[in-house]
Amino acid sequence: MTSPLRASWHVGRVARRRRETASAVRLELDVPTWPGNHAGSHLDVRLTASDGYQATRSYSVASSGETTRVILAVDELPTGEVSPYLVHQLAEGDELEVHGPLGRYFVWIPSESERSPVQLIAGGSGVVPLFAMAAAREHEADHAEFRLLYSVRTPQDVFFAKELSALSKTTVDIVYTRRSPPQSPRPPGRLTRESVAGFVFPSSVAPRIFVCGPTPFVETVAGWLVQLGHDPAQIRTERFGGSG
Amino acid sequence: MAVISSGFGGRRGASDTRLPPGQTLVDDWPVLTAGLTPDIGAHEWTFTITTETGAQHRWDWNALQDVGVEDIVTDIHCVTHWSKLDMAWRGVSLDRLFENVETSYDYVMVRSHGGYTTNLPLEDLLEGQAWIATEAEGEPLTDEHGGPARLLVPHLYFWKSAKWVREIRMMPSDEPGFWEQNGYHLRGDPWREERYW
Repeated sequence: MTSPLRASWHVGRVARRRRETASAVRLELDVPTWPGNHAGSHLDVRLTASDGYQATRSYSVASSGETTRVILAVDELPTGEVSPYLVHQLAEGDELEVHGPLGRYFVWIPSESERSPVQLIAGGSGVVPLFAMAAAREHEADHAEFRLLYSVRTPQDVFFAKELSALSKTTVDIVYTRRSPPQSPRPPGRLTRESVAGFVFPSSVAPRIFVCGPTPFVETVAGWLVQLGHDPAQIRTERFGGSG
Repeated sequence: MAVISSGFGGRRGASDTRLPPGQTLVDDWPVLTAGLTPDIGAHEWTFTITTETGAQHRWDWNALQDVGVEDIVTDIHCVTHWSKLDMAWRGVSLDRLFENVETSYDYVMVRSHGGYTTNLPLEDLLEGQAWIATEAEGEPLTDEHGGPARLLVPHLYFWKSAKWVREIRMMPSDEPGFWEQNGYHLRGDPWREERYW
């Protein structure tokens, strides 16, 4: 999958849905015409009401590769328009229109010759496209070293908890901002520039860095990375927030 | 044929006719940026138009103000499906900045601090359609929204309104800029939903 994958509209069917966290759902869609997607890309979901009214939102894809089983993990924005429907009402067997795959910038492509280490940094549900990258890394025998730094409120808010703990080729550090697990050596607290410096690859090894999360999280972390000596050209960001 | 989602009602605004297809009204102002937010002071900012002969027309911050700042009220539409209506902006019309520019080229590449580029036909920048904007909603543009100055081309999707703008370079043909190379449409008309290609 080195060539660009052309985006188009597809109809998918919900094959499986399960609770991901207290506020999020995991949706596995069967999309027979899906061309596959790079790890980190996103798609648009379009809902149509019975009178023809439509609403569209973008969601990162948690799966990657040449598969027609497309996995999403959708966090509910309580005041949102689309996410509450996906989290509470959409049922197994329902059909859904999706447009994609989208995004050729915030993606990790294993076949690229670039072999410098990869640092993933997630805030909250921003972990979804980064999980896709770490999961893709599992299938590559000989490749760059991966680390994931994941800032999340509580243990109950961790997306892909089981899958993250099973990763063998990515070092995962989870930082809890509100409540830590009982046995955790770290008290809960937000990331600081110093703690980020302790978790991420040093600038001396010139890592490629992907940061995804709410806008303030991304702005803050990206600013620290530059202060810590990382090359701005090596840092790719994806922000969300505003309209769910 | 659309798939109907039973039980989906949606939240509809009162001003749907002003929303292009696939867009939703927001009250806040989301941030969409590919990389880092540069920190450029107005005192160090310049804006340049470069033509095919290599001729350069350059304005620093004070020179830009002297060209004449005007008030603009406009709707903006982001490709990530949000729109904001009746935003108050202030900026300098590109008609004024192109007054003494001689070119036979029909396309431009817009370049920003931080490396961002976006392509446009020249005709989308003239006739009162585009500005170098320095204020939004009564305040100087913040860093995260492209301050001290950004391009404002509100009739196209907002990725065309390049933040931290520093140069417009004339081009003989339409070449894709940053997002356009990454799958976004070459022109980006929200009323035609020209989001991706």
